[in-house]
Amino acid sequence: MSNQPFTHLDVLESESIHIMREVAAECKNPALLFSGGKDSIVMLRLAEKAFRPARFPFPLVHIDTEHNFPEVIACRDKLAADLGERLIVRSLDGSIKKGTIVLKNADQGRNAFQSVTLLETIAEFGFDACIGGARRDEEKARAKERIFSFRDEFGQWDPKNQRPELWDTYNTRVHAGENIRVFPISNWTEMDIWEYIAREKLYIPDIYYAHEREVIRRDNGILPVSHLVQPKSGETVEKLTVRFRTVGDMTCTCPVESHARNAQEIIEETAITRITERGATRMDDQTSEASMELRKKEGYF
Amino acid sequence: MSNTTQLLRFITAGSVDDGKSTLIGRLLHDSKSIFEDQLSAITKTSERRGGMGAVDLSLLTDGLQAEREQGITIDVAYRYFATPKRKFIIGDTPGHEQYTRNMVTAASTANLAIILIDARKGVLTQTRRHTFLASLVGVPHIVLAVNKMDMVDYSEETFNAICAEYRAFAAQLGLHEITFIPLSALNGDMVVERGENLNWYQGSPLLELLENVVIDHDLNTTDFRYPVQWVCRPQTQEYHDFRGYMGRIESGEIAAGDEITILPSGRTTKVKEIVTYDGNLQRAYAPQSVTLTLADEIDISRGDMFVKSATMPQASKEFEAMLCWLSESPLDLSRKYIIKHTTRVVKCVFARLEYRVDVNTLEQHNSATLNMNDIARVAMKVQQPLVFDSYIKNRFTGSFIVIDEATNNTVAAGMII
Repeated sequence: MSNQPFTHLDVLESESIHIMREVAAECKNPALLFSGGKDSIVMLRLAEKAFRPARFPFPLVHIDTEHNFPEVIACRDKLAADLGERLIVRSLDGSIKKGTIVLKNADQGRNAFQSVTLLETIAEFGFDACIGGARRDEEKARAKERIFSFRDEFGQWDPKNQRPELWDTYNTRVHAGENIRVFPISNWTEMDIWEYIAREKLYIPDIYYAHEREVIRRDNGILPVSHLVQPKSGETVEKLTVRFRTVGDMTCTCPVESHARNAQEIIEETAITRITERGATRMDDQTSEASMELRKKEGYF
Repeated sequence: MSNTTQLLRFITAGSVDDGKSTLIGRLLHDSKSIFEDQLSAITKTSERRGGMGAVDLSLLTDGLQAEREQGITIDVAYRYFATPKRKFIIGDTPGHEQYTRNMVTAASTANLAIILIDARKGVLTQTRRHTFLASLVGVPHIVLAVNKMDMVDYSEETFNAICAEYRAFAAQLGLHEITFIPLSALNGDMVVERGENLNWYQGSPLLELLENVVIDHDLNTTDFRYPVQWVCRPQTQEYHDFRGYMGRIESGEIAAGDEITILPSGRTTKVKEIVTYDGNLQRAYAPQSVTLTLADEIDISRGDMFVKSATMPQASKEFEAMLCWLSESPLDLSRKYIIKHTTRVVKCVFARLEYRVDVNTLEQHNSATLNMNDIARVAMKVQQPLVFDSYIKNRFTGSFIVIDEATNNTVAAGMII
């Protein structure tokens, strides 16, 4: 008999560890995409479980939009330093200076442009595999994506021509110049992530927990006031108690009203919420029914 | 023995006409797993398409732009829902011409298959095809859901006749543990709630069955199989001499102090420690991922397998397998391909095509090649010996994929006989 019951989190955790070790063993030059958000913090813990007592067999890479919440960047740097792992940061500002990203205006949302800097970073370091923290329950294009998702030399995802993925036997092969995106937590849900954060007592940016914040109401959502988002005429600044379900580009990431002050209270809220994670928090996913699919086809995570 | 019952992976086999999307929609809706923004998005789309007021629940699972534009489903989609008792992963597979490839893919990780029948039509060719594929891939539990009972006046007689016919067919495939459920996905009878119309039925509604089906025994608990994934050598001051063999226990269990055999070399040694991030374990079980240290220094690398000498697998360069061809390019018997089996990658050739199976009639035919969606029995030769069990005995050590080296595509899935 086992010492303790083997829960669904144990099953998911073991699957993710298995996937990460396959990447380490079969890919020549992998990287772990790490943003300081909750899913990528879960990924770090899974990498510790997969590879300790050794160091990670890959560097951490962050594609920084420069539109991130300062609390998230601080958490990113703290976690990388605490673990003693190498963190590579490449900024969209670098691509803007080079002229490979051309913005219409300085403050516009930058999520879609991450693909450009990501592909440049892949080319700079010659990564053949990028491990990311995307989940299939996030979005319907992702629900159809493989755990090992092949990208051609332009970084493009071809949803109609994916490699069949059977059992836990992953095809990791690529030709020179191509790469694979690997999603070890594909089968985790938002709820699983919170339960894991609670179980493992993971340190995450405190903006995930309820706090008072100045916001404005715009386009059916509430937006946090920051140096990038200022009230336009006719908009008023309100003070609400909110938390973030996702932490992305400050110009298009909406908090939700909440009083959940710790992981356990968030689990209780998540259990009864009637709105999906991205539906509640990402304005850029609502522009069309296929927003995410279009971004992925262009090389997005 | 480990208790993995909290997570159930299942597939639904059937066409849109059988009410498959309606059934999934009903399961998600009645278990409160559809979110308001999803519902409002598909309501909008249904209206734009000129739907007659009814929300098309199939839009929930059709994730890609081309699918929504053309009203078709291209690929396997995975959906997630939970009840207080269990978490569920649905592998939702489309019907039509690529069905075999998609169903085999989704079924390969499933604990259970729901095979849908339209009560008015009874057991059809496609029912036989779905059942054959589920048995081929060794899905441990089969549920025959006789849908649209509302269209046959909830007749017990009709239901019993369909069950009898299906049971006779399934017996030919060696399938005996089948659960039969009459239901109406449209009205919700026997899906989540019992409803008022099927009181003659004594069994559980579908969701209750999914919550309670015992899947612990699906894993092979007797034969310890541990393919080495990665050799851990930290080479730090603190762990100067540490050499751990990382992997996942695919079946069976292991305890510190147990004697093991390393294949294919055949050397034996003892497990010194079971190391995990959360501390050393005395004993570990499938499907845990762990790190093993050994009593002796032996040359071991990725692709080797640890087993216990009491229950040895086979080790051979030749074997026979059932194969599902997945690629649009047909099999070229003159070429070498690559096999990935557990953590081992080797070159292979197809020595013989024994026969191809007609998935509709189960008849065997001679064949000179294999095309996409073909199922066949083949004899294979590999460059280095593989350490394997028959697929029936062990889903993990009995399965492999075939890769075309020129394109790097996965072109076939194999199950060792």
